[in-house]
Amino acid sequence: MVNFGKIKLISRSFTTLSSAPLRICVVGSGPAGFYTAEKILKAHEGVEVDIIDRLPTPFGLVRSGVAPDHPETKIVTNQFSRVAQNDRCSFFGNVYLGSSISLPELREMYNAVVLAYGSESDRSLGIPGEELAGVHAAREFVWWYNGHPDCRNLSPDLKNTDTAVILGQGNVALDIARILLRPTEELAKTDIASHALAALEESSIRKVYLVGRRGPVQAACTAKELREVLGIKNLAVHIQQADLVTKPADEIEMKNNRIRRRVYELLSKAVPPGHTPVLGQRELHFVFFRKPDKFLESDDRSGHLGGVRLEKTVLKGDDELVNQVAVGTGVYEDISCGLALKSIGYKSVAIDDLPFDNYKGIVPNVGGRVVTDSLQDHMQIETGLYVCGWLKRGPTGIIATNLYCAEETLACISDDINKGLLTSNSPKPGREGLLQLLDSRNTKVVSLDAWKKIDTEEIRLGHIKNKPREKLTTWEDLLKVASE
Amino acid sequence: MFISRFYRQGAHTIKSLIKAPAFIPKTSHIPVVHNRHLPALRHESFCSGAAKQDSEEGNQENQKINVTFVDKDGEETHIKVPVGMSMLEAAHENDIELEGACEGSLACSTCHVIVMDMAQYNKLPDPTDEENDMLDLAFGLTETSRLGCQIIAEPELDGLHLAIPSATRNFAVDGFKPKPH
Repeated sequence: MVNFGKIKLISRSFTTLSSAPLRICVVGSGPAGFYTAEKILKAHEGVEVDIIDRLPTPFGLVRSGVAPDHPETKIVTNQFSRVAQNDRCSFFGNVYLGSSISLPELREMYNAVVLAYGSESDRSLGIPGEELAGVHAAREFVWWYNGHPDCRNLSPDLKNTDTAVILGQGNVALDIARILLRPTEELAKTDIASHALAALEESSIRKVYLVGRRGPVQAACTAKELREVLGIKNLAVHIQQADLVTKPADEIEMKNNRIRRRVYELLSKAVPPGHTPVLGQRELHFVFFRKPDKFLESDDRSGHLGGVRLEKTVLKGDDELVNQVAVGTGVYEDISCGLALKSIGYKSVAIDDLPFDNYKGIVPNVGGRVVTDSLQDHMQIETGLYVCGWLKRGPTGIIATNLYCAEETLACISDDINKGLLTSNSPKPGREGLLQLLDSRNTKVVSLDAWKKIDTEEIRLGHIKNKPREKLTTWEDLLKVASE
Repeated sequence: MFISRFYRQGAHTIKSLIKAPAFIPKTSHIPVVHNRHLPALRHESFCSGAAKQDSEEGNQENQKINVTFVDKDGEETHIKVPVGMSMLEAAHENDIELEGACEGSLACSTCHVIVMDMAQYNKLPDPTDEENDMLDLAFGLTETSRLGCQIIAEPELDGLHLAIPSATRNFAVDGFKPKPH
């Protein structure tokens, strides 16, 4: 709050001196967008930053990705809210780049554009049966329980099966396992979407399998999330003891990587020796050295998932510099299940007039500067176009990774300002121009004040149910409350 | 959030009250290092609730230790930190740029600091599993890394030197590899 006051003062005294500030638009209001905006505002007193988002709500994955039972992780929104309240910063929700406004139009409005719209799609496995009912991308399931308006109606079937198979062993996979297995009385106190809570309360899922192609040393999760899922009340954890045997190459991996070492340690102690599961307990099975081969159709319900066929793998390559890779052995086994969740990675979505690397699923860039051709010889920098976050480096890392990512992108912007490549000598219409254009297209912009109405209403509704927040989960509700 | 912080603050205050008679305050012999003027003023007027609570609870308010923060560019800032206060709070009260995304609730690694002296590092209570889980994800982790929110000022830590790791260097130049999500 102290800092906020100071920033306000500085910006006021500056705007009286300068007539045309440098105008920058940040696309996407998740951690990458907000950290970039914060750093630009801090580093350059004469710059105005507008943040646009396709949703009526800000904060990206902090709202729709971070699990509802991780409220501490969401505290960072306090910091982002202070950024949004800066006099030189605006938030405009319900503005969809590529639909409400095109990229060339946006670049015409601003001196610079920073793309930070993340990864809103999914990698696919490319195996038969992915289209069966009951097979979902992890992202969809996460959006569903977090009340994202685009997955409000996902309705995963939790009633006609007692088994869910999660493909992947990263933190998203562990989040999903936890949500499926955690007592719902505990979830009821979180900001979980009410439709998801209701479905979980009636869920008949008793067994969850977490499937990884490699071993416990290579599991992609972190210790915190693993510790959490292992600590769920009334849960029997199953791990094949044989899978816990390590090879010299595993030892090297652990020696070089503190996370891998600590995760392995937790997994190796997860099942106490001589442990016999209590009848009626929910079960969590860690399945290592298996890769998905195909989704099997149910015999009883046509078009529905009945199971997953897995192929056993072995690890190849024990070079110290190269990670071990899983290779199929031709030995298969099936797990019967009515729900399968593919947690194998997110993917960014391309938009018109934007260079895009389809293989990596990112925008080709050098340190955050967008380049038109990634072939070394003909690389050309798109002046005034930058990228940050998952769209820049792929869908990995934690919230804090964006801090450093934003720092790197800021360095490019600052450099271009110093070189005179970005200058307010050619004034741009900025937010006035943007709002005018959107108005002419009947796009209802959700301002920061309008978002505050949504925020207040969600907190009020949550208070009634003894939750920190009851999310509005339909576009209609969100836009209605915003315009009240 | 605030409630939990109060709680923690309270616990530390009690802990230091119990320990207090055993300590000879080292600070009294060391010349006072002045804060930059403005932050010092601000400190007075924006005194946090937790700090007020301290002063009401007894004779701890006068006991402050000297702490030096070394920023990314190697620049030093000398501050006085009341016993019982975390280094994250102390940094923020003195306008030192130390991130604190989760505001001290042990859910992020953004307040990562490096204790510059091994002897001082050894005086700190061992990190909990939860702190270690977060340190796993810190950038530029060292043998003497800790989270700023978990280092609480105690009389024996007087003269503590803390380095704020250089993020840009780790990220861009040293061949940064993203950690798994």
